[in-house]
Amino acid sequence: MQSDLHEIALSVNGKSYRRVVESRMLLSDFLRHELMLAGTHVGCEHGVCGACTILLNGAPVRSCLMLAVQADGHELATVEGLANDTGLHPIQQAMHEHHGLQCGYCTPGILMTMTAFLKENPAPSEAEVREALSGNLCRCTGYQNIVDAMLAAAKAMRGGAL
Amino acid sequence: MKPAPFKYVKASSITHALSLKAEHGDDARFLAGGQSLIPAMNFRLARPAVLIDINGLSDLAGCAEVEGGKVRLGALTRYCALERDGDFLKSCPLFADALPHIAHPQVRNRGTIGGNLSHADPASELPALAVAMQARMHLKSATGEREVDASDFFVGLLTTDVQPDEMLVDITWPVQKPRSGACFVEVARRRGDFALVGVAAIVTHDAEGRCSEVRLGLCGVGETPVDASGAASPLMGEKFGDKAVEAVAVGVRRMIEPAGNVHATPDYQRHVAGVLTGRALRAADRRIAHAV
Repeated sequence: MQSDLHEIALSVNGKSYRRVVESRMLLSDFLRHELMLAGTHVGCEHGVCGACTILLNGAPVRSCLMLAVQADGHELATVEGLANDTGLHPIQQAMHEHHGLQCGYCTPGILMTMTAFLKENPAPSEAEVREALSGNLCRCTGYQNIVDAMLAAAKAMRGGAL
Repeated sequence: MKPAPFKYVKASSITHALSLKAEHGDDARFLAGGQSLIPAMNFRLARPAVLIDINGLSDLAGCAEVEGGKVRLGALTRYCALERDGDFLKSCPLFADALPHIAHPQVRNRGTIGGNLSHADPASELPALAVAMQARMHLKSATGEREVDASDFFVGLLTTDVQPDEMLVDITWPVQKPRSGACFVEVARRRGDFALVGVAAIVTHDAEGRCSEVRLGLCGVGETPVDASGAASPLMGEKFGDKAVEAVAVGVRRMIEPAGNVHATPDYQRHVAGVLTGRALRAADRRIAHAV
């Protein structure tokens, strides 16, 4: 079968890209192998682990459950877009300070999930944070430090100190 | 863990999508939210030759009240849109209970109502809601259209009455009747995982406070969602009470034939189905008082 190719144009972290992709290329693989944005991790490739979570037009989605060709015309955000010249994003800073990661494999997905969550819920309860985290598996931390980090990040982003 | 090659076509209209489906039949699949189809393609359990992407068809999405006390949901309506639609959740309160059980926010941001029902996973929540609420499915093909009751729609494991040239385009759900209460409860091994057992219950009282209608839909306990409303006869025409509820739970346990899985034996599923039937019925009944 001849390759089924499509030209797509999309924006990732504010930067525009135009590429030709095969229809069967997953969005997660496109980000990693075509755009060389390997911060998005690939774990289970069937939507369970959450490591590949990115933002599609601001909403967290599994990039392993979308085709690259479907991202045509959309705005994406990945973990590479979180930090800026002045330093880490408050969520990254809080994960660092609260030891919210060990091996770090799940971390990009958690950061993207929680970026969107804290934007919508600036003052979440611990239970709400745990519910929001439920779609991201972490095998190292036992989650407690991630929960602590997210509550601290929420506070920091509301204007308090970490 | 990568899909086999296929031809991708972005449908420009419903007519376009239906003509492609008429042309390719079973070799083609509609791509809606992709939250079940793409994992199946990644595992190569599904190998469609043609993928018809309907995500751009905005007239397939949305929620509208229609005559006869009903709400019509476009097949492409995503879970996340319903979670934020207070009016809809008030009209169809079983959804307010059930939606948080469907996977996780990342999946609910993509997954669609029509995709869920067309996939017809018997452990999924929405098919149980469809049989409990007596939803009606609207199917279209290039040559015609028809409506199918939920009770006739689910014909087997992951199998529906949708024909190779058809698409599920919208679903009509009766809104909650006066003097009614509803509740959905489930037991799953992990938050967001498929239900080992789930029960949707709707209880309606007559003006004297006796049960005039009781609807029960179960997921996870058979090859299709199970309409167990027939087991509710001990409540019919009676005041709601523990003795009748227990009798209904016993009836539900007798009615179902769960297959069991790695997490639960059939006996355990049968037991839990009875327990959850009781819980769902009691909560549904309590909610009537709150609604009045």
